[in-house]
Amino acid sequence: MEMAPIRAPAQTLDRLPRRQTATVSAIDWARLAEPEARRLRELGVDEGVDVEVLHRAGWGGGGPVACRVGRMTVALRRAVAGAIHVTDAA
Amino acid sequence: MTPAPLVALVGNPNAGKSALFNALTGARQKVGNYPGVTVERHSGRLVLPDGRPAELVDLPGTYSLDPSSPDEAVTRDVVTGRGGFERVPDVLVVVVDAANLDNHLRFALQLIALGRPTVVALNMVDLAERDGLTLDADTLTRELGVPVVPTVAVRRRGLAELGAAVENASRSPQPRQAPPGRREAFDDGVALDPATSNEPPARRPGDGDLAALQRRARAIARAATTAETPARRWGQALDAAALHPVVGPILLAALMFVMFQAVFSWSEAPIGWIEAGFTWVEQAVSATLPDTWLRGLVTQGLIAGVGAVVVFLPQILILFLFILVLEASGYMVRAAFLMDRMMARVGLSGRAFIPLLSSFACAVPGIMATRTISDEKDRLTTILIAPLMTCSARLPVYTIIIGAFIPARDVAPGVGLQGLVLFGLYVLGIAGAFAAALLLRRTVTRGASSGFMMEMPKYQLPRLSDLGIGLWTRAAVFLKRAGTTIALTTVVLWVLLSYPKPPEGSAVSPVDYSVAGRIANGLEVAVRPIGFNRDIALALIPAMAAREVAVAAIGTVYAIDDPEAEGGQRALTDRLRSRWSLPTALAFLMWFVWAPQCISTIAVTRRETNGWRWPLFMVGYLFACAYVMAGITYWAAVALGL
Repeated sequence: MEMAPIRAPAQTLDRLPRRQTATVSAIDWARLAEPEARRLRELGVDEGVDVEVLHRAGWGGGGPVACRVGRMTVALRRAVAGAIHVTDAA
Repeated sequence: MTPAPLVALVGNPNAGKSALFNALTGARQKVGNYPGVTVERHSGRLVLPDGRPAELVDLPGTYSLDPSSPDEAVTRDVVTGRGGFERVPDVLVVVVDAANLDNHLRFALQLIALGRPTVVALNMVDLAERDGLTLDADTLTRELGVPVVPTVAVRRRGLAELGAAVENASRSPQPRQAPPGRREAFDDGVALDPATSNEPPARRPGDGDLAALQRRARAIARAATTAETPARRWGQALDAAALHPVVGPILLAALMFVMFQAVFSWSEAPIGWIEAGFTWVEQAVSATLPDTWLRGLVTQGLIAGVGAVVVFLPQILILFLFILVLEASGYMVRAAFLMDRMMARVGLSGRAFIPLLSSFACAVPGIMATRTISDEKDRLTTILIAPLMTCSARLPVYTIIIGAFIPARDVAPGVGLQGLVLFGLYVLGIAGAFAAALLLRRTVTRGASSGFMMEMPKYQLPRLSDLGIGLWTRAAVFLKRAGTTIALTTVVLWVLLSYPKPPEGSAVSPVDYSVAGRIANGLEVAVRPIGFNRDIALALIPAMAAREVAVAAIGTVYAIDDPEAEGGQRALTDRLRSRWSLPTALAFLMWFVWAPQCISTIAVTRRETNGWRWPLFMVGYLFACAYVMAGITYWAAVALGL
């Protein structure tokens, strides 16, 4: 049987509505390639960090998303954003 | 005497490292290569406050000591004293963005832990203040255990203080004592990893260190921040338009269009001055030298050949100016963001957009810029299609042919037909590159896409002196090429075209009788099916050395054929019109869209791919495409009765 997620994630970053601040609750590292996971950490995306979706490229979905992470803006592909679980910011 | 101390600038990308490097060294810079690796080494001379000179190197920006590209590996090897291709730096200057301490301090902590004399430049403090952040440098100094100097590189603020701190650090060669609290970052990380980590086993050793360092960096940043108002991100207003799903791509397309129109319209006047200058020199030489072979060599060979190429300096500089501004302003990464989806369709990432756009200026720096792409297959594909981006060396060829064969009229107010055709040629190259990428990714470079993850830098007004230094470097490289490779090629070509001379009263033209003419007449057999004549066959050979020589070569052919006629671009245009049909001209343009690349591109590809396999493959597939596409163009144009 599959293990249930550690904390029931409200949603993932790729589905977070724009301009809504949320906190990263868990990251599904297993879904990410090793260099991707490392770069994500280097860009400061980790559990407990506040994030906000600023822009989505292209209409109809599929393009990358631009997120605010701390005081940085980071561009990620949808698939990576989908591995980042978020909950509403306290 | 001991050699001048080596000071290394190191830090995250977007920390303002290069601006600080420019501010500290001014024009006293050298661009070289690290031996054995193809990473550019930027160095310059720095004068310390006590008058001692020091050598300053600007290391490639990286996020950690765990490299994911060849560039980043150089940084790691230099600061850790590995690799052996650089002296161990006497002082590290860690550049951090004051507005992004959370992230930049993590790498700073890693560097400080190396135990070398270190100074931290708290850069861009003005932008941090504008963002509502007030920072206390003394707290940072205490927490980090190394001197922290607030700087604003672009306004030259804090440079004297930084120099003094570097001087002090260079005087204490002994490793510093570890500051209190620094070890904890690591102890904490080791203790934390197995015990409290929720992650699946995918988490590898070392990741815990990174996470712990990150926590420590955040704590220090919090302690050093005395006031923080919600960020007033004026950049967000710009991004709202620049990254808008509909407006963004339109803006990008408009920007590209303006860029290529400007290349034509802004360059008219300076081109006129350069032409006038060369005509003056030619006349002065003709008046001084007796009418011997030497006068022919100098006027028809050297001056006409080099002049035909130098005339394009304004256009090349305008193109580079746009690319430098896009890069320095922070827009380039936005363009990559917008392009990622399209690039993903052909198996590339948005990251490939930056090397590809640089390739519009020249494929050589473009191919070198692919080093930031960490995935090998991704990188290789980008290298293989980079020559399809119309480089500035092709501009002279396009310009002269378009000028001769496409009428100069407006198809809409402000939109000239000539500019439109040029734009079309660029678009054709891009379309060809995408088609090639799609095919390559399904065949020779098959593999999973490496993804797209990038930091978006803050928007910044590019600084005039930085642009000036950038343009000057490019102009110097181009003029050096014109003075060496191109001058030599045109002189050799002139000799081959001039000798042997036909006997007195012969009906054969001097060019047909010459060595080069005979070679070209043989080659013409191969290119006649695609509508090329002897002159083109002749131009294609030296164009391998440098594409822009094609124009010079044709110019030399006509100058020798008809020495009475006046020189210059206008005369060349008239002769082209009388000798080439429109289908031939169009086929020639099409050939250069796919153009067999110059020797420098082949050389850099060999270097970057570590062997002859990929450059040979690249030459082969591009030659085949050029031949087939030029043929199709010629026969289609003939069928349409053009």
